[in-house]
Amino acid sequence: MYSKKVLDHFQNPRNRGQIKNPDGIGKVGNIVCGDVMYLYIKIAKNKKNQPIIKDIKFQTLGCAAAIANSSIITELAKNKTVNQALKINKSTIVKSLGGLPPIKIHCSLLAIDAFAQAVYDYLSKSNQKIPEKLIKIHQRIEKEQSLNL
Amino acid sequence: MIYLDYASTTPIDPIIIKHLSSYFSNFANTSSLHQSGQKAKKILEKNRKNIAKFIKADPSEIIFTSSATESNNTVLKGIAFANKNKGNHIIISSIEHDCILNSADWLKTQGFKITKIPVDKFGRVNPSDVKKSITKKTILVSIMHANNEIGTIEPIEEIGKICCKLNIYFHTDASQTFGKIPINVKKMNIDLLTASSHKVYGPKGIALLYIKKGTNITPLLHGGGHENTLRSSTVNLPLVSAFAKTATIRHSELVSESQRLFKLRHHLIKNILKKIPNSHLNGHLKFSLPNIASFRFDNVEGESILLKLDQLGIAVSTGSACSSNNLKPSHVLLACGLKPSQTHGSIRISFGRWTTKKEINYLIKVLPKIIKDLRRLSPF
Ligand code: FES
Repeated sequence: MYSKKVLDHFQNPRNRGQIKNPDGIGKVGNIVCGDVMYLYIKIAKNKKNQPIIKDIKFQTLGCAAAIANSSIITELAKNKTVNQALKINKSTIVKSLGGLPPIKIHCSLLAIDAFAQAVYDYLSKSNQKIPEKLIKIHQRIEKEQSLNL
Repeated sequence: MIYLDYASTTPIDPIIIKHLSSYFSNFANTSSLHQSGQKAKKILEKNRKNIAKFIKADPSEIIFTSSATESNNTVLKGIAFANKNKGNHIIISSIEHDCILNSADWLKTQGFKITKIPVDKFGRVNPSDVKKSITKKTILVSIMHANNEIGTIEPIEEIGKICCKLNIYFHTDASQTFGKIPINVKKMNIDLLTASSHKVYGPKGIALLYIKKGTNITPLLHGGGHENTLRSSTVNLPLVSAFAKTATIRHSELVSESQRLFKLRHHLIKNILKKIPNSHLNGHLKFSLPNIASFRFDNVEGESILLKLDQLGIAVSTGSACSSNNLKPSHVLLACGLKPSQTHGSIRISFGRWTTKKEINYLIKVLPKIIKDLRRLSPF
């Protein structure tokens, strides 16, 4: 049912755990099946003075796909500029994992949401301007999360 | 592989495999009048007689079907349609197998009323709840003998008594109990009973339905009038022979085997609950099948546990929403009063004839670390 890549990330998750004093945290729960994902990010500046994802870690309570998705998004986002990392979408993730069973696609959306929330958290905590698109995503997630409870 | 998923299906007994080619050489149609047809018919009736005695039924009260699903569909739809002039109300439990639940749901679309009896936190039906739900319109009560996910045994003898007194048909799905614990349809006042071959080391594709003499039921399959007109289709004699053979072996060792498995179950439960913090048993410690133990672990997800065990060559199953094809938690665990989040980390260990203590000990050895590793990944 799962690709080799998914099983590898499930068995050997990259970047698991917490970051002390993170610059942003994204916490999301899965409305569909009740899983929970936390993403922590630490921001630094590159030579061009752009913010980059210096470190990223995750904690996930969920299925193998949820764990693999969390793991791969940390790998994909690490050392990218925040703007580049925000471009990671469902198909990037699914492709990087060598495919996902259709019923597990929602687990990858969860990882993307968690990342968006972490960036939103970072931008708002550091009083920076938040892109319109991210505000919309944030509002949608918050709405879904409230339905979740 | 360490196979601990016997409740889903069982390996075929090597003795049956040895006999299969001889069973298949009897190819004749049991309805044919020539000699080979008559010989086949004789074998069929001998097998029927054999298998009937294990549940204390008369051979004429047993029909062979293709699966427990077919038997259960036949009961619900066949009793409903044959007795609709008497009433349109059917009582089932909330933890029945999908083939009962979905047949009942379909009957609703045909104008029948369905009552689902709740269960307590161990998964037990209270017979007085059945009694209270019975109305003048009730035509059938169907409560499973034991549950396939948590192993809880239902008080069917008491329920049978209630139904018998009120002259209402009582059916029990004995898919998980036939060949494992004693069944006596007379003593238990059972009018209809389902049993299946592949749960007791026989091949798939063959099951039985016991229908008490005089029961008013309509067949699901119309045709050449096989099986006393109740189940038309050329009889699958090779599989009937295999089913009867495995039933015979099971009943010859029923007591010793159930005692052995009960001890294994106890050993497993004691150690898992001791070695893994925040672990719980689903189902009942005592009123249970000897071969099913369902656990749940807080803050872990079941599919992850299943896959980690699978990597180590241990096959189990889970009631987690993540692993079901509709992403809904197990209806059985919800009926036991668990919150969806509590059902999340549940796995079912089910074992049988070829399970050894060594295998169970291996599970006991590796499971605590798996749970610990997964909990380290979790935010809680
Ligand atoms: S998180 Fe539940 S299906 Fe993946």
